[in-house]
Amino acid sequence: MAAPQLPELPGLAAGYGALLRRDLQLAWRQRGQAVNPLIFFVMVTALVPLAVGPEPALLTRLAPGMVWIMALLGTLLAADALFHEDFVDGALEHLVLSPQPLWLLVLAKVTAHWLVIGLPITLLSPLLGLMLALPDAGFVPLLAGLALGTLVFSLLGAVGGALTVALGGRSVLLSLLVLPLYVPVLIFGTSAVTQAVAGGGSGGPLALLGAIAALALAVAPFAAAAALRAGIDG
Amino acid sequence: MSPAPLLEFRDLAFERNDVPLFTGLCGAVRSGDILQILGANGAGKTTLLRVLTTALTPAAGSLCWRGRPLPGQRSRYLAELAFVGHTPGLKRALSPRENLRWLGGLFPLHRERMDAALAMLGLGEWADIPCAQLSAGLLRRVALARLPLSGATLWILDEPLTAIDRDGTAQVEELLRRHQADGGAVVFSSHQALALPGVRQLALAG
Repeated sequence: MAAPQLPELPGLAAGYGALLRRDLQLAWRQRGQAVNPLIFFVMVTALVPLAVGPEPALLTRLAPGMVWIMALLGTLLAADALFHEDFVDGALEHLVLSPQPLWLLVLAKVTAHWLVIGLPITLLSPLLGLMLALPDAGFVPLLAGLALGTLVFSLLGAVGGALTVALGGRSVLLSLLVLPLYVPVLIFGTSAVTQAVAGGGSGGPLALLGAIAALALAVAPFAAAAALRAGIDG
Repeated sequence: MSPAPLLEFRDLAFERNDVPLFTGLCGAVRSGDILQILGANGAGKTTLLRVLTTALTPAAGSLCWRGRPLPGQRSRYLAELAFVGHTPGLKRALSPRENLRWLGGLFPLHRERMDAALAMLGLGEWADIPCAQLSAGLLRRVALARLPLSGATLWILDEPLTAIDRDGTAQVEELLRRHQADGGAVVFSSHQALALPGVRQLALAG
């Protein structure tokens, strides 16, 4: 008997694209949920001048730190759901049992997460800078730093989310696991802005952020993939 | 010549919290075989099926695919395997068609036959409605619609008939019959008897 014609195994790009497209489609269908971290980000930052008073000198001092902390917490809030939804509805089993390499699928999910959370936060940050009286020199380092920093947050959040995927009461453990790793990003990110505002160059901290992002990009997908396999197994 | 069985497992054992769930399970699945796993609730049917998919690692024992040990050729095995688990693994916000589309990026899938597969499982009119609005039985059918598209040699199905009505059961039997005729193999767990010739059974002691 002639073997029935077998469908071809989809290529790496097709696998990456299919999952990225799926997650973007899901985010669009559930936009209320996806917008939550952004609303949190904007609201808290809008409340700061009301709470501490509107003196520009004080706000200027607070601005870089406030925007960065809100970006960090906003991404952390969303990291929780990164793999857990797939775990609950069984889709994670498809990812783990796919002939596609798991790190590639993790990377697709991280890309979607960054496009839905990190990128909008980055694009919103100049508006928040304005509200917090950030001097003009600070805007470019803020944008560049956040673009890199939120990518690192998404990548590390994926590792944390993968490690805690099968646990109950996830968010506490996830925060404890991931927050210490977020701290260097926060320090370099804020110092890029404060140095630029003080009249110095921001190249040093931004270069370090870039290095951290490159390292996270090279390591995190593999770490998250290994953690997901272990999470499913047992 | 008698070719090596597609899937062979020897002395499989699994422990949960240090309590053995099953030990010393052996078996082989050849081309055209349908193997039904029987056992009381909690006997380890789902666990055994998930061990066979490689999602779970057994405490002891070995798996062979086409006569060669599995660990060395896992991705080849996965490309020839279609697993439909306990939870359908579908995104509720997406329609059946959209769900099959993303699965097509992860697994080999005949996309051009999607309409025929959906129609075969009686999902024609539901194909573009978000899965959140479908009943449990329809969701199970969507999960099973992947099978005729996959071209996989081995199907591993965990309770494929849960929530499925009488017509649906006949459709699933027809699916399995065609797969059997094409030289495929099926391992499934169910409490129901299927009207298929040559179903072998493996009972797990509770």
